[in-house]
Order: sequence, then C-alpha cells, then structure tokens
Amino acid sequence: MKPPTSALKPLVFAACAVPALWLAYDAFTGGLGANPVESITHRTGDWALRLLLVTLAVTPLRKLTGLNAVMRVRRMLGLYAFFYVCLHLLTYVVLDAFFSLAYIWDDVAKRLYITAGFTAFCLLLPLAVTSTNAMIRRLGARRWQRLHRLVYLAALAAILHFIWLVKADLREPLLYLAVFALLMLARVPTVSRRLGRLGRLRTAAATR
Amino acid sequence: MLIKRPDRFRASEITPRDTYLDRRRFIARAGAIAGAASLPGLLAPRAAGAVAKDPKSPGNALEGVVETDYRVADEALTSWDAITSYNNFYEFGTGKMDPARYGQSFVPRPWSVKVLGECEKPGDYDLEDILKPHALEERIYRLRCVEAWSMVVPWVGIPLAGVLKRFQPTSKAKYVAFRTVFRPAEMPGQNLPILDWPYVEGLRIDEAMHPLSLLVVGLYGEVLPNQNGAPLRLMVPWKYGFKSIKSIVTISFSESQPPTSWSIANPHEYGFYSNVNPKVDHPRWSQATERRVGEYFRIPTPMFNGYADEVAHMYAGMDLKKFI
Repeated sequence: MKPPTSALKPLVFAACAVPALWLAYDAFTGGLGANPVESITHRTGDWALRLLLVTLAVTPLRKLTGLNAVMRVRRMLGLYAFFYVCLHLLTYVVLDAFFSLAYIWDDVAKRLYITAGFTAFCLLLPLAVTSTNAMIRRLGARRWQRLHRLVYLAALAAILHFIWLVKADLREPLLYLAVFALLMLARVPTVSRRLGRLGRLRTAAATR
Repeated sequence: MLIKRPDRFRASEITPRDTYLDRRRFIARAGAIAGAASLPGLLAPRAAGAVAKDPKSPGNALEGVVETDYRVADEALTSWDAITSYNNFYEFGTGKMDPARYGQSFVPRPWSVKVLGECEKPGDYDLEDILKPHALEERIYRLRCVEAWSMVVPWVGIPLAGVLKRFQPTSKAKYVAFRTVFRPAEMPGQNLPILDWPYVEGLRIDEAMHPLSLLVVGLYGEVLPNQNGAPLRLMVPWKYGFKSIKSIVTISFSESQPPTSWSIANPHEYGFYSNVNPKVDHPRWSQATERRVGEYFRIPTPMFNGYADEVAHMYAGMDLKKFI
C-alpha cells in the first residue's frame, strides 16, 4: 500500500500545533492551575524537548520502515521544536527576567541548568536559520549536514537543562535521556546498517 | 481593627534593607484600608472575631477559632483553591497537583502522636488530647518554598511551644525532631525511592519554642485538607516550606541535632536550618526573588521571609552562608 504522503505534511503541521493551542485554551479558561507561569514554562519546555526527540527519531524510523516519506516532515518537526524552545525562552525572558539583561546574564553565568538551556538555544538557532532550501544550496549539502549535527549536542544540553533543575524526582528527565541514548545508538554505523537491512527486508516483504 | 498593634505589624513587615519602598507601600495601603474601601487584591477589612473565609472552601468549619495579631496584613491572601491544589507533598507524588489528586483516600482520623526522648511525659497522645487545652488561633503567615514560589496563608493552629511544654522537655532537650506517617498503601509516593521515607524534620529547641512556630490543624477557618498535611503539620514561617513537616506522628526531644530528609537527600543543597535568606542562593538557583503563586512577576524575598525582627536574634553570630 502506498502511504498517503500528500496528507502527511498538513497532518503533522496540525498535530504539532496542538500543544500550543491547548496551552492557549487553558490560559484563557483558567486551566493553568495555581501557578500559571510555572505551567507555561514547563509545558513549552516539555514540548520543545519532546519534538526535538521526535525530530531525531525521523532518520532511524525511515531506516527501520523504509518509508522515505517521513523525511519530508523532518524539517517541520525541527522547526516546531525550535518554536516551542522560543516560547519557553520568551516566558523566561519576559516573566522571570522581565527583560533584564543583567538578570539573564547572571543566570546564564551562574546557574548550570540555565547555562545548559541557553546553550541548547544557541546551538539550535543557526540550524533554524539555515533550514531553508536556499541555505542548503548556499552551504552545500555536506557542510550543511555537518552543521546540523549540532542538533545532537543541543538535545543533550536540553536534557541536562532538565536534569539539573529537578529537586529529587529524576524519572522524567532520565526517561528523555534514555530515549536520546537509543536514538543516538541507532546512529552508530553498525546499528544503522542493521536497521537499514531490516527496513529493506520489510519493504521487500510488503511489495511482494 | 485591622492593625491592632502597629509596632508589631511594622516590625514584621519591614526588613532593614528594603525599608523605604516597603514602608511607602505599607503606608499607602494602610491609608487605603483605613479610608474604608476593600480594594481588590487587598485583604478586606473584617469584623472582629471573624476568621478569613474563602467562598470555594468546602465548609468543614473548625469551632472556636480566634484571631491573633500574627498576621500579614498588607498582602492579599492566596486563594483556597491555590493553597489546596498546588502542593509539595512528595508522599503523594512529585507533581504539584498530585497531593490533591492522590491525597483523597488518606485517612487522617483517628490520629495519635508518639512523644519520646528527652522529656518527662513521653507516650502516645491522641490528637484530640493534644489540642484540647489550647485555643485554635488563626495566623496569617507568608509561606516561602525553596523553589522560589510563595503564598500568604491563613492557617489555624496552636503554638508549638505550649504543646511541647506539656511534655516537659528535660535540660538535655536541645532539639526537637518530627516524623511524618509512613503509609505506603495510602501514600503512593512512599513507594518510590524519591526520598528516604518516612520524612523527618527537626528544629533547635529555641526555634521550636519560638512564638511564631505553629502546629497547624486548619486553613481558612476549616479542617486541614489531606494535601496540606492533615491532620497535624508544622508551620515555621521564617524557614523554607520543606521544614514545615506534614502529617506528624512522632515528636522526639534529643540532645544532638536530628537528621532531616532533604539534607539526607542532598546535604550540599539543603541544610538543617534552611532559613529563608535572599542573600544565600540555592546552589542551582537564586533565592533573591520569588513568585507569589497566581501572580506573573517576581518580587524580592525579604530576610527570614519578613520575620527578621522576630527571629534574627536566634542566629546572632552564626555565619548564615555556612549554616544553610
């Protein structure tokens, strides 16, 4: 069966917008609980990290399933992750720091978890900027790809950002770390080749 | 009416450093209240003898609650909904809504407290017997969490000192230790290795005997909900919230400093004293400011959570950067 590739993009676009719309709905209906600012901060941060990991899952998923169509939404997923990163950062800049550069700089320099979070943002920024087709052409595929490997570092920094702010219950950030480790493992050449073979076997079986 | 003893009120309100601004704000607000109206966001003037009420509370009123002068008078009370839906009570889970959600099946009565250690009257005391000789007092305190959020809460309770004195601590009683109930069947968080259960806390005897230290049984004139530490919890308003241990089953007097749960979990980040101190940061975040739950922007955190005039003398000569 041919996958409905034409519907994939709008579907993923709509799905990725749901957390933001849901957050907006809760904000206007008083659904953010007793501490709305904390709620906004946590939810935008959670979705930024989740979408970053989903983005990193695209390539292994293609290898495993042989579905090349998933590659068409990788950029969109990455940009959506960056969108949630921006909402997360904006919440901090406006509601925590109240636009005070001194406050922000003090935090970035002194608080390890903020250093990590800010590092993740700084690593993702050039990737978002160079995400257009024109930029890929301008940089050349090889250089572009090398640059975009920064996403691995960004994801790791984002997870450390989470681990270092938690008081005692590390289960959630460690779950993200485990997923990240799995996705990185899938990129180890020997593992990646095996995943590719599995995918080819599967597509062969499906077309027979 | 509202401000019964202006000197006490001012003393608790104004810390030396941010004197000027706070005082201007206080004068402006006091003027507004005296001027008659209950302005939105301010504590509404109340008839004498009436305790704080919230329309959302369920109506389990406690009888005979008396007003006291121990009240933060110029700041809006945090709502019943916020106080009972945003809790750190890891025995019921680490999410802020977990205690309200998973605390409902907890059974807070009957309840007894075991008293032991350096005192003349050790034994098992029924909660009703502990409370009986004392008048229930309403005390409006600031609550400052180590996570840098805060509330203003109308607690109902009895002074800890009066209760402790009845157990007749001996001269060897230099510290008081408290322990939370251990009931993993009713407290799902206790099945997880988040902290070393059961939760334990402690105070130096002079801190425990301080008139601000309160044994709490209620909130907004009503019975304390499970998620807030029913049926009996501590409230030490000049210390970070985690010192105010919940659902107390053991009180023990000792000569040496007792272990406390958060300093067992992370001695580098949480000390025995854990006094609110804007000048000593948590190793991972700043303690200079806080966010009042429900508000958007941060406000400065006062020394000892605004109770410096009452409690600072207990720490004279101590390096508060060292004794965190």
